[in-house]
Amino acid sequence: MQDRVQDSVSDSTITPPSVVGAGQTFASVTDKISSIALARRTPMGWFLGAGVSFLLTMLLMYTIGYLVLTGIGIWGNNIPVGWAFDIINFVWWIGIGHAGTLISAILLLLRQQWRTSINRFAEAMTLFAVACAGLFPLLHTGRPWLAYWLFPYPSTMGVWPQFRSPLIWDVFAVSTYATVSALFWFVGLIPDLATLRDRARRKAAKIIYGMLAMGWRGSARHWHRYETAYLLLAGLATPLVVSVHTVVSFDFAVGIIPGWHTTVFPPYFVAGAIYSGFAMVMTLAIPLRKFYGLQDFITMRHLRNMAKIMLATGLIVGYGYMIETFTAWYSANTYEEFMMKNRMTGPYASVYWSLILCNILIPQILWWKKARGNVALLFVVSIVVNVGMWLERFVIIVTSLHRDFLPSSWAMYNPTFWDFSMFVGTIGLFLSLLFLFIRFLPMISIFEMRTILPQAEVHEAAD
Amino acid sequence: MSPSSRLYGVIAEFEEPTALVHAARRAREEGYQKMDAYSPFPIEALDEALAIRHTRLPLIVLIGGLIGCVGGFFLCYWVSTTVYPLNIGGRPLNSWPAFIPVTFECTILLAALSAVLGMLALNGLPQPYHPVFNVPSFDQASRNRFFLCIEASDPKFDLQATRKFLERLGATEVSDVEF
Repeated sequence: MQDRVQDSVSDSTITPPSVVGAGQTFASVTDKISSIALARRTPMGWFLGAGVSFLLTMLLMYTIGYLVLTGIGIWGNNIPVGWAFDIINFVWWIGIGHAGTLISAILLLLRQQWRTSINRFAEAMTLFAVACAGLFPLLHTGRPWLAYWLFPYPSTMGVWPQFRSPLIWDVFAVSTYATVSALFWFVGLIPDLATLRDRARRKAAKIIYGMLAMGWRGSARHWHRYETAYLLLAGLATPLVVSVHTVVSFDFAVGIIPGWHTTVFPPYFVAGAIYSGFAMVMTLAIPLRKFYGLQDFITMRHLRNMAKIMLATGLIVGYGYMIETFTAWYSANTYEEFMMKNRMTGPYASVYWSLILCNILIPQILWWKKARGNVALLFVVSIVVNVGMWLERFVIIVTSLHRDFLPSSWAMYNPTFWDFSMFVGTIGLFLSLLFLFIRFLPMISIFEMRTILPQAEVHEAAD
Repeated sequence: MSPSSRLYGVIAEFEEPTALVHAARRAREEGYQKMDAYSPFPIEALDEALAIRHTRLPLIVLIGGLIGCVGGFFLCYWVSTTVYPLNIGGRPLNSWPAFIPVTFECTILLAALSAVLGMLALNGLPQPYHPVFNVPSFDQASRNRFFLCIEASDPKFDLQATRKFLERLGATEVSDVEF
């Protein structure tokens, strides 16, 4: 009975739908996934995609070069809109990263088997998104070569960071997040690197994968500690991912700017992060499974489940918008009321309403089962949500800042070419890293795919 | 030099995880102690079949986390009250609620680092060389074959008898593992 299918209930009378195509074996799963990384010939499509991404990365390099030589005056942000694209893009990228950790850690703890074929590249996505995110505050400091001043160390200047500032919390949260994500990703890769080492034909590949695999041999004693470590990491990453976006929201909520100073920010930011992250996973997974013929591994069930999570988190985000509006009215605070009115009807009203359209209205189509089964539609919706989440950060940051307490300091924010080139450039960097990843590393966790095959079950012989 | 001093053990190859678990259990019942199983994915039933004791890793992670927690808080406390005190409107220097985020992040960071480094250290990795890699078919241990190796240092080990024993367990191939 298809409609009794449940994804999370461990009830033996209910069979969950397969998360792997029928007829797969240990060997076929291994060969299919490892052949993508080990193939001698790189597909033409890869060169095309990687080439475009590389060009955009060059645009980023050029922008950074010009920025460092000239100063951050090349950007459009200035008082009163002192934070603009830097923080918008920083929050956007960090948010995208969160789905990777959610899929690999939280869904692991909840024993959601379907996470297995998407966790690896979702984790890679996290890592690359955090790298892109980090560039913005780093370069916004103006003198990025002195960024180590952010860390507490005994310097001859005798100056220490201010531990009561959300910005220093951010330094700790984001650097911890980047480190733990990298560890989690690498630990997950070790057994697969051993597979690649054993299956590689070329000497150079054997040596490189061999060094990275560190001599992994699949010993039962090793697996025992490995599984313990992996589970502990998942348990640690789960509160971490929640804390990171909470701290990011504190950057705003601890300030007294109208529209920022609200207690709903942490949960609403975390939900928004997961929302945009799942949208990005979907945006990446749909072309990947098509291009590499991975429909047996990233099945319709995965896409449907992700669509459901997007719908759920999207509704939480919608609740966040509602509470923001309600609080602005209920606070009876002139500045808060004005902020909300200005957001909805002011000079940036079109951005606000596009955000509502992208984040709230269009994704409601996912209520329909037919829509969740339509791959092309899911792809479009996921891109719409990515755009919507970017607009959300734009609205939060720019509309609150451009009309603050003193009308004499009001001004409009006009992004320059360099604002856009920096943003587009980081998309290029993100995609370039992703292209390199799918070319040289297994984009699906091979050993975890083996565990979910029916053959992996140990039958207790009655002997 | 006796021939067994160059011998690490005898390894048997199986096609199914069930066969490996079965063989491991039988070998332990037979009295073998020094052995290990090798598989392309974690098999929970092997822990019991090989009598693998619970790892100390959780304790290491707990200690790492506690050091991170105390260290993170002490860092904030020490900087804010002692080396760089800033009197802002007479507010207390030890404003501990503001130190919680950094304390929390340090806890997670040190716990995660000790989980990974602890796992690698207890497993003795990185270890570039191991005798089992000398077995030609062992490269399938990371694909679709399951191995059980009884080591020559086992008191009950006897090359002929152990080989025979493993062959009887339904192994597709039994080979010697040399150093």
